[in-house]
Amino acid sequence: MIDTRKIAQDFPMLRKMVNGKRLAFLDSASTTLKPQSVIDGVVEYLTETTSNSHRGDYQTAYEVDVRVDETRAAVARFINADKDEIVFTSGTSMSINLVAYGYGIKHLNKDDEILITQAEHASNVLPWFKVSEHTGAKVNYIPLDEEGRLTADNLRKVVSHKTKIVAVAHVTNVMGFLVDLKQIAAIAHEFGALIVVDGAQSVPHFPTDVKDLDVDFLSFSGHKMLGPTGIGVLFGKYHLLQAMDPLMMGGGMSARFDMCGDIDLMLPPVKFEAGTLNLEGVFGLKKAIEYLEDLGMSNIVAHEDKLRAYAISELKKLENVIVYNEKAEAGIITLNLKGVFAQDASTYFNSKGIAVRSGQHCAKILTDFLKTHATIRMSMYVYTTKEDIDLFVDACKKGGDFLDVYFE
Amino acid sequence: MYTLNNPAIMRQIIMDHYEKPRNKRTVDDPRYIKIHMNSESCIDDIFVFMLVEDNTVIDCAWDGIGCTISTASTSVMSELLIGKSFKDALYIIRQYELMLDEQTFDKDVLDEAIVFINTSKQPSRLKCALIGWHGAESLIKQQGDNKK
Repeated sequence: MIDTRKIAQDFPMLRKMVNGKRLAFLDSASTTLKPQSVIDGVVEYLTETTSNSHRGDYQTAYEVDVRVDETRAAVARFINADKDEIVFTSGTSMSINLVAYGYGIKHLNKDDEILITQAEHASNVLPWFKVSEHTGAKVNYIPLDEEGRLTADNLRKVVSHKTKIVAVAHVTNVMGFLVDLKQIAAIAHEFGALIVVDGAQSVPHFPTDVKDLDVDFLSFSGHKMLGPTGIGVLFGKYHLLQAMDPLMMGGGMSARFDMCGDIDLMLPPVKFEAGTLNLEGVFGLKKAIEYLEDLGMSNIVAHEDKLRAYAISELKKLENVIVYNEKAEAGIITLNLKGVFAQDASTYFNSKGIAVRSGQHCAKILTDFLKTHATIRMSMYVYTTKEDIDLFVDACKKGGDFLDVYFE
Repeated sequence: MYTLNNPAIMRQIIMDHYEKPRNKRTVDDPRYIKIHMNSESCIDDIFVFMLVEDNTVIDCAWDGIGCTISTASTSVMSELLIGKSFKDALYIIRQYELMLDEQTFDKDVLDEAIVFINTSKQPSRLKCALIGWHGAESLIKQQGDNKK
């Protein structure tokens, strides 16, 4: 069980006032608030252990190396990977681009196919367009069902031996649907394709076991799981990381090179980490993982389930609210107020201290499936309370008067 | 000239332009110049069309998708600019920008556009209030001969 009153004390942002009102932060799918332990982790690097990693022989440099190593181990434990399969990146976008450029462009050719869906975030679409541009490989779409879900049946309809990569989100960022990834991965593998997973919305919210799911690559961001911005992870099966080129060349990843241009690269994961890592980010990420482990991922799932069910039942009582994803598994509710443009509504919510996201959420799915140009997305996490939901529902009731904010 | 003392009327004007936007149509006529404004924010996606002659805005139309503020502000703008010389049109646009920037401005030329004065209190919406206006400004400036 999650005790939100206890948790609230851990998050300084929850004491912030917005427009004279307590902040109700319902935009955790965009980024999450940070607990004090994560803030302390970042500050610890900046105040007590500042030095570069893997190049110093002195005490603090050694301590940094140990912490980087411990963080890699913590990430590996968190998703049941091996430590050497964890590459630090700046976030999900960089992770996916690393796979697209480092693996896709290197290994795909014009007869190959990449399968994605229309529900993908831009960061899991545009890198594949680039692979297509460079290699001639085709980007095709797995049809979604009427609800907007990716199903195994629909993958079977389009997958073939031409398919080399199936790139999908474990949880989609607009609809919040949880994909049966194990089944999708098995089908991809049956046809000799790799399964490349965008885990930005899933890893922070659901227990993730890359061995059980049998995924080939998994990308996620620290800042969506209580960690700092600018630090993220790419998991890749070790033999695939070996077959992949780095995106950047530079210091820390080359074992030796000579003037003729002969280069020996370090082994993965270090091979992909040219330049100085975001070390305070690494320190913070370790604390974030520990915080989530202390709470327990299954407790987080139960907490979000309960809040979501409550929010849906309250929203359904309102005639002016259209909910687009009533049956989603993740703590994401996508909706509109009838007759109110999403951005107008979110400005109104802001005046009540409520932070929600309006827009297309970087996904093309909206226009095709939801028949609307924009939506409001409210999303929750460990610190979200029933009171936050009540505030939001109450604001929805009055949302018809959204222009109030211009004339108060 | 509209007054700022009556929020109800200002509100009515915004809603009226949102629900019944003026000059909202896609123009196929090759004599019109046009500009696509879709990079200033996540949602708004607007085309502005203009028929110009002798350094004058003969006609102004627009089409696209936007929130209340972008729709209503572009609608008001289109009415305001039709028939104006480039010089006058640019002056009006400048006064509108100054208003949104909370600076001193010449309110006599803004007519209904004055109802957007409170946008400065919602800074996240400034782009919405400006998208159509910036489109028109670019179109006029592109003409290159907007002599004083």
